[in-house]
Amino acid sequence: MANHSSERMKIAGCEIEVLRGGNGPAMVFLHGAGGAHNWMPYMDRLAEHYTLYVPSHPGWGRSDTPDWLDGMGDLAYFYLEFLDAIGEEQVHLVGNSLGGWLALEIAVRTTARIDSLTLVSAAGIHVAGVPKGDIFLWDNDERVRNTFVDQKMAEARIAATPTEEESDIALKNHFSTAKMAWHPRFYNPELQKWLHRIRVPTLILWGDSDKIFPPAYGDAMQKLIPGSTLTIVPDCGHLPQQEKLDDFISAVTAFTAANTVAQKGAA
Amino acid sequence: MKFHFFHLMPYQDIDPDFLEHNKSSWITLPNSYYDPKKGSKLYHRYLDELELADELGFDGVCVNEHHQTAYGMMPSPNVLAGALSRRLKKATIGVIGRALPIVENPLVIAEEFAMIDNLMEGRFIAGFVRGIGCEYHASMTNPGFSHERFREAHDLIIRAWSEPGPFEFYGKHYHFQYVNLWPRPYQTPHPPVWIPSQGSTETVEFAAHPDRKYTYVITFSPIASVKKNLKAYRDQCEVYGYECPPDQLGWAMPAYVAETDEIARREAAPHIESLFNRFISSPAQYKLPPGYSSLNSYKAVMAGKYAVRENYLTCDALIENGMFLCGSAATVAEKLEEYQAEMGFGNIAPMLQFGTLPADLTEKNLRIFAGEVIPRVRHLGVTKESAAAE
Repeated sequence: MANHSSERMKIAGCEIEVLRGGNGPAMVFLHGAGGAHNWMPYMDRLAEHYTLYVPSHPGWGRSDTPDWLDGMGDLAYFYLEFLDAIGEEQVHLVGNSLGGWLALEIAVRTTARIDSLTLVSAAGIHVAGVPKGDIFLWDNDERVRNTFVDQKMAEARIAATPTEEESDIALKNHFSTAKMAWHPRFYNPELQKWLHRIRVPTLILWGDSDKIFPPAYGDAMQKLIPGSTLTIVPDCGHLPQQEKLDDFISAVTAFTAANTVAQKGAA
Repeated sequence: MKFHFFHLMPYQDIDPDFLEHNKSSWITLPNSYYDPKKGSKLYHRYLDELELADELGFDGVCVNEHHQTAYGMMPSPNVLAGALSRRLKKATIGVIGRALPIVENPLVIAEEFAMIDNLMEGRFIAGFVRGIGCEYHASMTNPGFSHERFREAHDLIIRAWSEPGPFEFYGKHYHFQYVNLWPRPYQTPHPPVWIPSQGSTETVEFAAHPDRKYTYVITFSPIASVKKNLKAYRDQCEVYGYECPPDQLGWAMPAYVAETDEIARREAAPHIESLFNRFISSPAQYKLPPGYSSLNSYKAVMAGKYAVRENYLTCDALIENGMFLCGSAATVAEKLEEYQAEMGFGNIAPMLQFGTLPADLTEKNLRIFAGEVIPRVRHLGVTKESAAAE
């Protein structure tokens, strides 16, 4: 396993945990509803290519839950300050699910520090006539089963006995997810009016069998972001970075290699 | 003691097997199960039952609010309060309650309650609740803002009722340039407020506060929990430096009386079991959406109440734990005497129709309760002050 560290950072009065590892061009990974407070195999693999930052959002994991956290706009402004604070000129920004929505909220405000954008089964928009899964009406087991195509992976996840800290964090993450995404459900009606502002290279990755945000969402997002590319991952659910790790890594590395502007001269 | 007949108005004609094909009687239960021809008859039957309670001498009748469910057919209780307002001769109407956080404009509630208060010439009780968790799925109101919206909507409504308008109100969730209520409520400064609750420290501190002194009503809880919560309220009053009068405490429970204990049990059993095992049935995530309660109370409730609710609740078990008041008039009166002496409440809101309880048994229940229970316990919990206020 690659070396990684856990650091605390304080921004806007809120202390968050940032996992960090690897070398290379800077990449910030914005996690989804489930959080990312443990160093996972996909982080290990990304750290082989990048200096990887995985912050836990305010309200998630071991980060504080600040009083000011009322909606996705708050998280977007928080991360604009975060990007100014980490000492990287430019980053590859990756967001999964709710983190993808967050990446969109950041990018419509400014792409000044964003080299490239990778959206993995991203929330944030609404597609008429394509029902989403309702993670708030599913029980815990249903939520896991509906996240993966590979039901062995789901059952292993369900069978695992979480520590008390893990259970508490899972509940905290779920509460914060509701606060951000309950209504309108997992999207911001204003956002799709302004996605054309995103002029950085954008890769959209989607599992072909995503039951939370069906692939039609990826399609719609691709049409809204000029010059973006949609790549569908076969036999894959909502978390390609976990369920199809090799496909995920090769898609992301090929995309950033073709689109690294800031680092090209330095390399 | 005051007696308020509380009706939930369940859609009792539902296909009895509905739960075999659905995991909840709320939110996702298809409304094809609702037959308007049967439903309209039920509305009229239930209103007749509420009107009968007035004739029989109940002090009040109560309705409440639930959405997208067979559990209760009153998404808008004020419509029924309006219908009742022209019929009730003596009884008060209590709407216990309206769910404040789930509306976008709480002034609508202030207006409608003021209208009922005018129609009833002051025989009106305003109930304020956050609404149970299911309502947050039905209304899409973010449960994470439930507490703040409740407090803010409450402040807005009370100010709209009691301060001269127009004035401006700018909160976090509600923003009004002009608050200027027409009509003003009939009662001054405003109708009495009841806070139905299943017991939370935050609610107790809020309702008992000397600025408010709201009647705190414990609903549908095992008797041990009714005792614990009413005591917590009385203790909180002491912390605030005053003694809690009986009329500031209430208990709402399903109740059934018959000729003997045995007959009461036999007649009530299938219907009370339908309430607690079918009409109220929904998985935890329906009733407790994330953020509706604090992380700690969520964990406590999941470990406590929902662990218990997994099991089928029999009539005997419900009587045993005191969630259901059932027996002969003598048995029920004795229990009320005992509980009143211990808990000091001055209001009860018996739900004398529940689940599938049919019209004939509901009427019999109302008549025996009014004729044989109320006279035996009416004198309890009456203070000089409350008697003088009559």
